[in-house]
Amino acid sequence: MSLLEIKDLKVHFPIKSGVLVDRTVGHVYAVDGVSLDIEAGTTYGLVGESGCGKTTLGRAVLRLVPVTGGEVWINGVDLAHLPEEEMRRSRRQAQMVFQDPLGSLDPRQNIESLLMEGLEVHGVGAGRSERRRYVLDALDAVGLPERALNRYPHEFSGGQRQRIGIARALVLEPDLIICDEPVSALDVSIQAQVLNLLEELQRERGLTYLMIAHDLAVVRHVSDAVGVMYLGALVEEAGSDALYTDPRHPYTRALVSAVPVPDPVVEDARERILLQGDLPSPADPPTGCRFHTRCPWRQEERCDTERPELRPVGEGHRVACHYAEEIAAGEIAPRGVVGPG
Amino acid sequence: MAARTQRIDRLAELTAARREEAEGRGVWREAFARMSRNPMAITGAAVVAVFIVVAVLGDLIAPYGPTEQNWGDEVFPNRNVFVGPRAENWLGLDNLGRDQFSRMVIGARQTLMVGVVAAGLGFTAGALLGGVSGAAYALGGAAGRRVDTVLMRVVDMMLALPSLLLAVSIAALLGQGLVTVMVAVGTAQVPIFARLLRGAMIAQGGRDYVLAARALGARRRRIALAHILPNSMGPILVQLTLSLATAIIDAAALSYLGLGNPDPSVPEWGTMLADAQRFLSGAPQLAVYPALAIIVTALGFTLMGEALRESLDPRLRK
Amino acid sequence: MPARPLLAVHDLAVTFTQRRRRDVRAVDGISFSLGEGSVVGLVGESGCGKSVTSLALMGLLPPRGVQVSGRALFRPGGGDAEVDLLSLPTRRMRDLRGRELAMVFQDPLSSLNPVVPIGRQVTEILVRHRGLKGAAARSAAAELLERVGIPDPRRRLSEYPHELSGGMRQRALIAMAVACRPRLMIADEPTTALDVTIQAQILELLKELVTEEGTALLMITHDLGVVAGLCDEINVLYAGRVVEGAPRHDLFRAPTHPYTSGLLRSIPRLDAPRDEPLTPIRGTVNDAIEWADGCAFAPRCDNYAEDCLGGPPDMREERTGHRFRCVHPVHGRAPGVPEPTATQGGDR
Repeated sequence: MSLLEIKDLKVHFPIKSGVLVDRTVGHVYAVDGVSLDIEAGTTYGLVGESGCGKTTLGRAVLRLVPVTGGEVWINGVDLAHLPEEEMRRSRRQAQMVFQDPLGSLDPRQNIESLLMEGLEVHGVGAGRSERRRYVLDALDAVGLPERALNRYPHEFSGGQRQRIGIARALVLEPDLIICDEPVSALDVSIQAQVLNLLEELQRERGLTYLMIAHDLAVVRHVSDAVGVMYLGALVEEAGSDALYTDPRHPYTRALVSAVPVPDPVVEDARERILLQGDLPSPADPPTGCRFHTRCPWRQEERCDTERPELRPVGEGHRVACHYAEEIAAGEIAPRGVVGPG
Repeated sequence: MAARTQRIDRLAELTAARREEAEGRGVWREAFARMSRNPMAITGAAVVAVFIVVAVLGDLIAPYGPTEQNWGDEVFPNRNVFVGPRAENWLGLDNLGRDQFSRMVIGARQTLMVGVVAAGLGFTAGALLGGVSGAAYALGGAAGRRVDTVLMRVVDMMLALPSLLLAVSIAALLGQGLVTVMVAVGTAQVPIFARLLRGAMIAQGGRDYVLAARALGARRRRIALAHILPNSMGPILVQLTLSLATAIIDAAALSYLGLGNPDPSVPEWGTMLADAQRFLSGAPQLAVYPALAIIVTALGFTLMGEALRESLDPRLRK
Repeated sequence: MPARPLLAVHDLAVTFTQRRRRDVRAVDGISFSLGEGSVVGLVGESGCGKSVTSLALMGLLPPRGVQVSGRALFRPGGGDAEVDLLSLPTRRMRDLRGRELAMVFQDPLSSLNPVVPIGRQVTEILVRHRGLKGAAARSAAAELLERVGIPDPRRRLSEYPHELSGGMRQRALIAMAVACRPRLMIADEPTTALDVTIQAQILELLKELVTEEGTALLMITHDLGVVAGLCDEINVLYAGRVVEGAPRHDLFRAPTHPYTSGLLRSIPRLDAPRDEPLTPIRGTVNDAIEWADGCAFAPRCDNYAEDCLGGPPDMREERTGHRFRCVHPVHGRAPGVPEPTATQGGDR
C-alpha cells in the first residue's frame, strides 16, 4: 500500500520585478508535473543535480513552499488542498531532516528545548514529564546520551548534530521522513554512521523515507526505488538495482557513468558518457524533451518538439524517453563517449 | 580484563585532553564569557560604570549645590577673571561663580537620563516597527510583503530627513525642555533600529532552522517570537549601546542649540558646553570639561558596543 | 633508481599559533614526493591537513601566526637545481607561482575577481609571465579557454565570472592555472562544488592536461572515488600525517592502514549490491589524540592495542612503494580481531 502518492505536482515560483508594484515577469518551473508513489515502510530515493527541483519537491510535500498544482496524498488526505491550519497539524505525519545539521538547529535552543518543540506545538503528551519521556526515547534511538539535553547545537560534532536533527523528526512519530541530503555535509567516515542509523530506525519503526540526494551511490544504497529528476521532472524511475544495471534514460546513463567508484579497476574499465554543456535554466526550460540540449542520443525533430511521457518499460521501471528501447538495443549511436583508459 | 580497561582509560584520557570542555552554554553566555576576556569591553564597561555611579549618586558626591555662589568676597562678578582649579573647587568656578566640579557631577544624571530615555525610545519604537515588518516579510507571504513595503516606506521617509533636522522640527513642535530633547533624539534613532531589526529578521527567516520549525508544524507567531526574533537581537543590541553614545552627543547638540532645559538648577553637559562657548577665549576649561566628559562617556558606550558586536560575530565563534 | 622527483616534501609541519589559545598543529610532519608529469593524490577528511599542505607549498599561508618547518624541494623547469619552496624569498616565490606552480581552488567564484572580465584575468597572466602583448595575449587567452573546453571563447572573454556556470568558472580557473604551462598544478578539491556530470567533465580535462602537456598534478580531495581513476599514487592523511601511501592499484587492492580500509568499507559504492552493509568508522575526527602520545587514529581503531600509544608509529614499507604508519595493520585480516598483544608497555 502506498503511503505517499504524488500526482502531477507542480511548483512554479513567480519571478517578480518592479519598484513599487511587483509584476510577475516569468516563472521558475522548479517542479513541473511529477507523479510518484512511495510504498509504506520503504525508501524512495530522489536523485538529480543542483537545480533539478528535488529539494523543492521535498518541501512541497510538506507545503513549505506554495504548491502551484497537483495532489499530495498521505493517509487518505490530500495535503495540497488542505486549509492552512489543518495543514499545520498534518505536518506531524511527515517530518524532515535537513542537509546542514547546524543551520537547521536554532543556535539558541538547547537540545531538550529543540526536541520538545514538536511535542509542544502539537500538544502531544500530558505534561512535561511525559514529554520528557518521549524526548529521551528519541534521543536514545539516535544513540545520544541523556546529558546531551542541556547542551547547545554548537557543542556537538557534525554527525551528532545530524543525529539531533533525526531525533527531532523522530519524536513526533511520523509515518514519513523526508531526508534532504542528510549526509552530504558530513565527513566521509561519519556518513556511514548516519546512513546505518536511518536504516536501523526504519527497521525498528517501520518508517517510510523520501531520500533526496545528489549522490547516486548513497541514494542507491539506502533506497528501494529511485527516481531521477532533471529540470523539474522525473526522467526515470526504477528499482535500486535496475537503476545501476539497466539504466534506460540517457541522463541516467550519463549520471551512472559519471559517479566515481573507489576502485581503480572499475574506473579504468569504465565508459564515460560526457554530457555537453550545462543545465539549462529552469526559468526557460527547453521545448520537447528537456534533456535534448545535452543528450548524446538526441534525434532530430521529435526530441526537440515532443515532451516524452514517463512510461512503463518493465516491472517498477518507468522512463521518459522516446527512444529508450532503440538506445538499449544499440540502434542509435551516442556522441561524446569516452572509452576506457 | 583489568589490563584492557586500563588501556581504554589511558586512551580516553588522551582523547579528553585534546577536547575543549563542553559546558552547555548558550550563545549569549558564550558571548558574555568572551566579552569578559576582551580588554576593549572591560575598558568600556569601567567608563560606563563610573558614569552611572556618578549619575546616580551625584547629589552625594558633589561638594556644593549646583547653584551655590557663596564664595565670600571673591572676584565675582568680574566677567573677565575666572577662578581656575584650586583646593576647594577642583575644577574651578564658572562664569557665575558656581563650582564647576559639582555642576559636572550633578549634570551626569541629566545626561544619562537623556541618553537612556532617548536611546530606549528609539530602540522600542524601532524594534516594534522593524519586528512587525520583518516578521511580516519573512512569514506572511504576499500579504506580509505588502505590509512590510508600507512600513518600510514610512521608515524611509524618516531616514530621508537628517536626524538633527528632524529633532529640531520636533523641538519646534514641543517647545524647549528636556522632554523635547529626549523625544527628538529618540525619534531620530527609530529608523536605524527598525531597518536593522527588519534586515536581521529577514536574513534569519531564510535560515534552515526556521524551515525546520515550520516543518515541525509550529505556528507563525511562535516561529517569529521564539526563533526569528531572539536570533535577530544581536545587531540592535549592539546598536543600542552605540545609540546611547550618539544620543548623548545629539542631546548635547540640541542643548547647545538652546533647545535643552533652561533651568540652572538642573545642569546638563550639553547646556553647560553651550553656555561655556561665550567665554571660550577667556576660560576654555569651562568648555573642555563637559566636552571631555561627553566624549569619554560616548567612547565608553561605543567600546562596549564594539566588543559586543565582536563577541556575537559568528565568524569569530568556534 | 628512478629519476629525482619534481617535488619532494620532507617532514612538512605547520602550526597555527594564537594568543591565549592552544597551538594547533594542522600538519604534523608530512612527507611525499611527486614525479615529473605524474598525478599524486592527498586524500583525507576535514582537518587532516590536506588544504594547509597545499597552501604551505604555494607559499599562501598568512605571514603571521603560522610556523612552518620541513623542506619542500622543487626543481624549477625540471632542471637539476633545487629550491626549497618553504624557505624561498617572497619575490622568488611569487615569480614561481603562475609560471611553474599553479593552483586550482574548490570555489571558483571566490577565486576569480568578480569585477574583472574573465578575458582580462587570463590575459593578465599571459602578459605578466609570458610577456605577450595586446592582440597576441588576447588571442592566446581565447585559445586557452578553448583548450579547457569553454565554447565560444572569444565571446566569453568579455564576460564576468558571475555570468558563467560553476563548471565553466572552474574551467576558466584551470585555464588561468595552465596559462604558463606550469610544471606542477595543485588542485584543492577542484570538483567538490560541482555536480557529478560536470565533475566528470573537469576530471577528464585534468587527465587530458596531464597527458598532453606533461603537467604534474597534486590532487587534494576527500573523495576516494575521484583519486581512484585519476592518481598514479595516493597518500592518505589523518590528523596531519600521512598514514598510508601507495600506487593506486596497490592501495585499493590491499589497504593496510585501518583508517584506509575503514574508509573504503564505509563508503557506499555505486556498483555494490544494495544490501551490502556499510561498516562505519566509529567516533569522529575530533577524537584524534596527539601523535606525540601515540597513533592519532587509535581512539577510533578496531585494531587498537596498548603498543599503539607512546609516540607516533614508524612509517613502514612492506612492498615496494607501499608505506604505512601502523603497528597493527589490517593485511586483509577480518577487522576487529586484535593481534596478540605485544609485551612492551603502552604507558611510555
